[in-house]
Amino acid sequence: MRSDEDVVRLRKVVREELISLGFGLVDQTKMITAASELARNTLKYGKGGEGHVLKLKDTVRIGLELVFTDDGPGIPDISLALTDGYTSGGGLGLGLSGAKRLSDEFMIDTESGVGTTVLIRKWKVS
Amino acid sequence: MTHAPGAQIVEIIKNNQKDLVGDLLATMKKKVIRLDKSAENEIIIQATQLLGFLEIAIPQGQLSDLETRAWDDTRQLLSDFSQTRAKEGFSPIETATFIFSFKEPLFTLLRTSLSNNPQLLAEEIAVTSLLFDELGLLTISSYQKAREQIILRQQQELLELSTPVVQLWQNILALPLIGTLDSARTQVVMENLLQKIVETGALIAIIDITGVPTVDTLVAQHLLKTIAAARLMGADCIISGIRPQIAQTIVHLGVNLEDVITKATLADAFVVALKTTGSSVTNS
Amino acid sequence: MERIPILRMGKLLLVTIQVDMHDRLAMTLQEDLTERIVKERATGVLIDISALDIVDSFIGRMISNTAAMAKILDAKTVVVGMQPAVAITLVELGLTLEGVITALNVERGISLLGHNA
Repeated sequence: MRSDEDVVRLRKVVREELISLGFGLVDQTKMITAASELARNTLKYGKGGEGHVLKLKDTVRIGLELVFTDDGPGIPDISLALTDGYTSGGGLGLGLSGAKRLSDEFMIDTESGVGTTVLIRKWKVS
Repeated sequence: MTHAPGAQIVEIIKNNQKDLVGDLLATMKKKVIRLDKSAENEIIIQATQLLGFLEIAIPQGQLSDLETRAWDDTRQLLSDFSQTRAKEGFSPIETATFIFSFKEPLFTLLRTSLSNNPQLLAEEIAVTSLLFDELGLLTISSYQKAREQIILRQQQELLELSTPVVQLWQNILALPLIGTLDSARTQVVMENLLQKIVETGALIAIIDITGVPTVDTLVAQHLLKTIAAARLMGADCIISGIRPQIAQTIVHLGVNLEDVITKATLADAFVVALKTTGSSVTNS
Repeated sequence: MERIPILRMGKLLLVTIQVDMHDRLAMTLQEDLTERIVKERATGVLIDISALDIVDSFIGRMISNTAAMAKILDAKTVVVGMQPAVAITLVELGLTLEGVITALNVERGISLLGHNA
């Protein structure tokens, strides 16, 4: 992901996958919004990176996993970055914390000077 | 003579289709009580169809893996069959009997035709036995799946039944909530209400919780979120019928209802809603 | 460059967002709108988002800011047509669009702005 248009493209892919998995409208909207927030972070703070979309399946559920990776500066204080209203870049400070609330599973891995990877998942009983 | 596994059984099915179906029907009649004339006809049709599919599928050699393409037709047939049975209220045993009842007559026929080749007879019986076990399991698993679908659908229907949104007046909706609110139900309630607001173009929605025995933090949060979402769409909500215990809990839990209009009864809320939307009711 | 069209109806400006919004487009719209408010001496702005299937924090902030800027320029902003799923998501996201007036549809929005269409 390098530009705003890539974010739009990613949202479209996520929507198509969610529809094909049979997610309801509210869950679709939540997950696409989360994807939009994280993709923006990757662009803005990570100076570009990659977004991966993966379908999941376990014994009783199906789901969608999104992974965002960048090799930007990393996040020095994760718990601070996850606080509502905290921002280092002039935004509202709801991107990371909001994406966490909008998804069912949230994982973040970051190292100063190396980069950041954020993973989110949404599940549905199949 | 060919020695591909199952070759003999295919021959036997081909030559004895009518008898096999007849035997099956006889066994089913013994084991399954509710069989009327139309159910009997159905079984004859389905059994004939199944034998036909087996004749084609067995020679393709994928006897140990029913997930392969060769078994598409058979799987479809058994899945339809099990689903119908599940809906009609047959038990899983009654449903699987359809498959297992084939074994006995098939073995008898095998024994007769291979009486001079005991080794081949043993092989064919083993192959046939395994195959019909697999088919039986498939039937049971389809049956189970169908039952789960029925349960899920009923749960869904129950959820929708228990959350009716009614139009009280032009621009005014009411949502009388009855019973315990859990997270899943509150979510359905929330989506239903917002959808109805869009459909009717309502300006005010009254959420009446007279019939709700208790409210915990989670439910209170859900209610507040619903109200916030309605506001974003351009509609206001009034909560009515808060019982004294619930008022106490809400304050103790520290839930902030300050920005929300609350009224003692649905009638009081209705009067406020009428005033806000510019209508009025007078006694004459 | 891609732009979202702004329609004028008397003293009102009407924007119907129908494209998939991205950040640059949102910023351009905000600039265009404030310029047009001054140029047309508009007293009201209607932003119709009924065709938007998501509103994330950036677009949400753009809407709040536009409303605040319009207010300074003496124009009232009404956001109309937000879809239920979008509203639920925004609340979950933690965005309540403080200070923004909302309405169910364009007609209601116009009457809120004091012009009966």
